Amino acid sequence: MLARMTRQQVLDLYFMDARCKLIELAAFLDRVDRGTGDADFRLTAFREAMKHLADGEPKRAEAVLLSLSDPTIEPIAKAPGKGAVGAWPGRA
Amino acid sequence: MRYIEPHGHMVSRTTDDYQDMVTAGCAAVCEPAFWAGFDRSSVHGFRDYFRQLTEYEPARAAKYGLPHYCWLCINPKESEDVALATDVIGIIPEFLKCPTVLGIGEIGLNKNSRNEMKVLEMHVDLAARHDQLILVHTPHLEDKLKGTKLILDVLKADSRIRPERVLIDHVEEHTVRIVLDRGHWAGMTLYPISKCTPARAVDILDQHGSERLWMNSACDWGESVPLAIPRTALEMRRRGWTAEAIDRVVYQNPVRFLSQNPRFKLTL
Repeated sequence: MLARMTRQQVLDLYFMDARCKLIELAAFLDRVDRGTGDADFRLTAFREAMKHLADGEPKRAEAVLLSLSDPTIEPIAKAPGKGAVGAWPGRA
Repeated sequence: MRYIEPHGHMVSRTTDDYQDMVTAGCAAVCEPAFWAGFDRSSVHGFRDYFRQLTEYEPARAAKYGLPHYCWLCINPKESEDVALATDVIGIIPEFLKCPTVLGIGEIGLNKNSRNEMKVLEMHVDLAARHDQLILVHTPHLEDKLKGTKLILDVLKADSRIRPERVLIDHVEEHTVRIVLDRGHWAGMTLYPISKCTPARAVDILDQHGSERLWMNSACDWGESVPLAIPRTALEMRRRGWTAEAIDRVVYQNPVRFLSQNPRFKLTL
């Protein structure tokens, strides 16, 4: 593993971008709350994945991706369509 | 700078994109067969598409001095129809003699169904029988992890397949290690929303090294950026990568993998 940048350099390069995305994330959750009707499994999956941001463990990006992934191992009988939605409904 | 675009669906792009890519230093573009956005109704549509990939598109790219290569297959999104896939795989050998065909791709899985698995095995068998390189598409989003594992098992089960002649594309943080540990090459696709952003791609390079990794824009008719590779090279530069180290990832690595097919030649 290479550490090409100091923490200060990382902050200088990425803080404003990450700040922007953090506010976007907060605004998204506010928007969902203001919405009416029921949310589907994606919101549950999203909230579960968010826990990895604050758990202090390394490899947070990998943990978030794993949290949103289908963990089963057998092929499914038939493709239900072509698209993917970003979260696995089986955890909800 | 110089770079190779190892995965671009140029039939979906305008000639302006060719101009921009060459201006930015693109030395060759490689185009895997993919889904047109709708299901083709018969093998005849694929024959026309393969002619477009092997005849028309190289001529269009040549107007800008850009070598154009391609990979052939029926994309996993159309693999649920095994009868159609069988017909399409049956005509691919006609095109394997074309001077710009690099191998079989982008094959793989989409929703990880049994029929997709059957068609993947048929493609792997085709590649093995004709001693072709393989380019693999891994599924999107929640299906990627499972699909990547299933694909790796299919490849491992066929003893004729040499891992170093297979590139597994669209890896992310949760799949890159398992691909590299099997001895394959791995590709990172630089997309604005899904797959890897430039910053995350450079993170992966920092954490896993650049020995058997490449990057691509996979530009097509969806949200994608034909100049994603040079923009990521800029990201690497901002993060302290040397010009030589950047060149290794964006130029030398794809040349190393693709040169396993002697047809791949650079004119620049």
